[in-house]
Amino acid sequence: MTEAKANHGAKLVVVDPRFTRSAALADYYCPIRPGTDIAFLGGVINYLLSNNKIHKDYVANYTNAAFIVREGFKFDPESGLFSGYNADKHSYDRSEWEYEIGPDGIAVLDREMTNPRSVMQLLKQHYSRYTPDLVSSVTGSPKDKFLKVCEYIASTANGERTATFMYALGWTQHTHGSQNIRTAAMIQLLLGNIGVPGGGINALRGHSNVQGYTDIGVMTHLIPGYLGMPNDKEVDFKTYLGNRNFKPLQPGQTSYWQNYNKFAVSFFKAMYGDKATPENGFGYDWFPKTERSYDHLAQFEDMHQGRINGYICQGYNPLWSTPNKNKVAEGLAKLKWLVSIDPLETETAKFWENHGEFNIAEPSKIKTEVFMLPVGCFAEEDGSLTNSNRAILWHEKGADMPGEAKGDAQVLAELFVRIRDLYKKDGGKAPDPILNTDWSYHDPKNPEAVELLKELNGRAISDLADATGKVTRPAGQQLSSFAELRDDGSTMAACWIYTGAYTSTGNITARRDNSDPSGKGVHPNWGFAWPANRRILYNRASADPQGKPWSQKKSYVYWDGAKWTGADVPDYGPTVAPDKNVGPFIMNPEGVSRLFARKFMAEGPFPEHYEPMESPLDNAFHAKTKNNPAVRMYKDDVAQLGTTKEFPFVGTTYRLTEHFHFWTKNVLINASLQPEQFVEISQELAKEKGITSGGWVRVWSKRGSIKAKAVVTKRIKPLMCGNTPVHVVGIPIHWGFVGVARKGFATNTLTPFVGDANSQAPEFKAFLVNIEPATGPVA
Amino acid sequence: MYPPLPNPGTGPSAPKFGEKDLVRRSASTVTPPAQRQTQVAKLIDVSKCIGCKACQSACQEWNDLREEVGTNDGTYNNAHDLTPASLTVMRFTEWDNPETGNLEWLIRKDGCMHCEDPGCLKSCPAPGAIVQYSNGIVDFDHTKCIGCGYCVKGCPFNIPRISKVDNKAYKCTLCSDRVAVGQGPACQKACPTQAIVFGPKDDMKKWADGRIADLKSRGYKTAGLYDPQGVGGTHVMYVLQHADKPEIYAGLPNNPRISPVVELWKGLTKYTGLAVMGAVAAFGFVHHMIAGPNKVSAEDEANASKLAGGKS
Repeated sequence: MTEAKANHGAKLVVVDPRFTRSAALADYYCPIRPGTDIAFLGGVINYLLSNNKIHKDYVANYTNAAFIVREGFKFDPESGLFSGYNADKHSYDRSEWEYEIGPDGIAVLDREMTNPRSVMQLLKQHYSRYTPDLVSSVTGSPKDKFLKVCEYIASTANGERTATFMYALGWTQHTHGSQNIRTAAMIQLLLGNIGVPGGGINALRGHSNVQGYTDIGVMTHLIPGYLGMPNDKEVDFKTYLGNRNFKPLQPGQTSYWQNYNKFAVSFFKAMYGDKATPENGFGYDWFPKTERSYDHLAQFEDMHQGRINGYICQGYNPLWSTPNKNKVAEGLAKLKWLVSIDPLETETAKFWENHGEFNIAEPSKIKTEVFMLPVGCFAEEDGSLTNSNRAILWHEKGADMPGEAKGDAQVLAELFVRIRDLYKKDGGKAPDPILNTDWSYHDPKNPEAVELLKELNGRAISDLADATGKVTRPAGQQLSSFAELRDDGSTMAACWIYTGAYTSTGNITARRDNSDPSGKGVHPNWGFAWPANRRILYNRASADPQGKPWSQKKSYVYWDGAKWTGADVPDYGPTVAPDKNVGPFIMNPEGVSRLFARKFMAEGPFPEHYEPMESPLDNAFHAKTKNNPAVRMYKDDVAQLGTTKEFPFVGTTYRLTEHFHFWTKNVLINASLQPEQFVEISQELAKEKGITSGGWVRVWSKRGSIKAKAVVTKRIKPLMCGNTPVHVVGIPIHWGFVGVARKGFATNTLTPFVGDANSQAPEFKAFLVNIEPATGPVA
Repeated sequence: MYPPLPNPGTGPSAPKFGEKDLVRRSASTVTPPAQRQTQVAKLIDVSKCIGCKACQSACQEWNDLREEVGTNDGTYNNAHDLTPASLTVMRFTEWDNPETGNLEWLIRKDGCMHCEDPGCLKSCPAPGAIVQYSNGIVDFDHTKCIGCGYCVKGCPFNIPRISKVDNKAYKCTLCSDRVAVGQGPACQKACPTQAIVFGPKDDMKKWADGRIADLKSRGYKTAGLYDPQGVGGTHVMYVLQHADKPEIYAGLPNNPRISPVVELWKGLTKYTGLAVMGAVAAFGFVHHMIAGPNKVSAEDEANASKLAGGKS
């Protein structure tokens, strides 16, 4: 970012409740009330549409703006609800949130985009309510500053200049987090800033390998490569596949998920090896099925209800990183056993220890048996990290592990082998899933990282031949591309998007050639970027419908008369001519991107402003529906929501550059750089409450209470929302009762046990607290 | 991006400068080398600094120092001040710009400025405890430091700190050990935004020109380079958004000079003093030659015995 500013004259705009260290370098800063991003971004959409600051050709050809929406879809601005709402279930029947489909199965379009049922007209209508005055009174962003930010963004609607949006947990950790990001994506589509160099929506991940975890299926509703976890209703493999094959909604579209069968079969071949056959649905019956979500909030609710009695934490400190710490501690105390696989001693592994005010516990009353299994850290193992630009980079270990520590894979493998041996010896209720799992590693108790990468990449099981019968890939050889995958069981690949990472020529992720042949900041031989080593997704959209670059300066992937060429691997059929009218968004059945999200978002196809579950203000857009109507909340947690009367201030938690989560409080140098827990408040709030900078305060919510030092700062200011001043209490997260920094409290003592309606990411960024001066904690 | 220095080989390499390259040595006279080495400088671009403290961390790592786990004093400043273990610290200032009405968060990396005309060295009475190499680096030799603290008083930037453990003075060495083998300082190596760059001083000035032009294009009319001439220029320079008001950056001196006391001590006073001492010595010698040595008389012995209470 600083290089873009220094070398390309980029302008940096920061919108944040706090004047952050990024804001210190910004060309423009605008404050915002936590949890009102959709109001802000919806206001930007309104500004772009009403000032005609959109990239018209891009919008008309590369988005679904021209698609006609079914009559049954409606939004009622009075109630704040979309059609199909079921108040008892807190969810929508989304079947009407769809395109008008013609008799030929093809979606109906109005290329003029003037039909009142076209996405463009519905979009205009929906966001016309997001006027600068209303936006300002909801967000607390001064109107002139909001409009100035709109101007900056609108200046990139011309194809010559490009904006990128960067976000982190400040956008995701809300009950409407997924919709925050969608709103930004819609802005980028209106501006023509997706699939072009310098564009996109860029997630700044909280961990070096979050992207990798997600790719490999750490989410409980996914299996590797963003394939769906089967559910109870999908009784056989055919049904499962049938639900996931997306037929094109426009003639001739790529709709790449039509290849789902190949990816899924190759995954099951990786799971069950020779045991997976066409006759047994490739072992589908052995694979777990879910009947509901098993996200981490659901897990801790289950634990609290006594429905889970054993728990394995691997590189995971949920006592500190899950909302409502007291609820989590109660849950952990109900377990029979808890395993912590971690390089560090975590607060979770020591939840039963009494640390005075920092962790009140009665060890004599806790029966949970805790096992701590030490493992090495990332620098002590070979392996890969996947950046959020999808670049996978291999590393070799830098040091040996200390003491008795083992590798993470080794611990899991030893566990698996022992469990399998028990099943072999004693049988059991359902031994097949374990006994049939393919575990053909060189050392079954310690798979090498390279073996795992090769498995993710995949190989030919039998000779692969082309249409003429010529063998293109002999049996046993690593594959080079997911285009080689088959649905007949002749290929295996545990994660289809990683195919190409470890080919017959070796470990592609270990490449370290940083040359930039095009001079456009593309480094094609640096590691490997999934899919197919593409550095920018949907890069066909960097050229106009005729295949010419929108801008010569920004030319990237274009049609040379015979094929697509340019700086990157085309994300498109390499010889599909522009006149075939195949859309650049090849993963979507409609071939274009979605301003209207159809049925894929829990709370509506257009993002709508809803207040956080705890908010000091009513919803100024629609008083009848204050919060996200599709949020899932458990009964006990509803009772633990606070009111503005008791808790008048907005709490928001975040990280600091000096620390990494709860790890670096174990490191003396980091501990010296930010030694002691603090909260940040405005000078105005400090004055009102008699709080001095550097003095102790108590911060409490309906869930619990913490103490910290006060940093009284000009960088947080009261936000004027209409006539109501809103005070923000900033709460960094990094301290605990383990480590070498000064002891501190779990900030998640304060946070509410509720998550995003789509992803269940907890609402850590906006909740209600109170604050008062205090004396220091007693350990 | 300023081209980074290439990584060194793994084999041993001879230092590129040493005793023979000294241009100044405390309380000593040196013969400067016939030719000075290329003068180096570290350029700290405050407008690119995100205050992450990676430089503080790298400084502790490279120099094998560990700052104590302190407290929060209501700011982001940790350590709160320079110490023998924190040779550099970030100083955070919240400044309301009266012209724009906007808040600015000024984050300045503080530490030794490596003055061309070093006040610490001039005030140091211990021979060789402070030296200046011909490339401009001002270094402390702790084996020769007597812990008098004169360098603290002599420094126009209030940088050296006396250790309570070994009673010796500590400050940034500009990683003279790294620079000697062709490397940049550890802080520069660790900086994620190139807010710190290192190289020949002339190059750094040119690099700063580009940065200042960028800042001026963004409305910082008084952006400029901090290379104060009152101390002969410095080998650590800042790019400041508001170079006309260095004092807003946590009290960076507007026109730093060596204290007149030090200048007196090193200038007129020193030579007058030496002259007086010389004169006294000469008088003593002459007096001795004329009057001969003092002799103890019987009367003196008697008086001494009285004072000792009759015992002898």
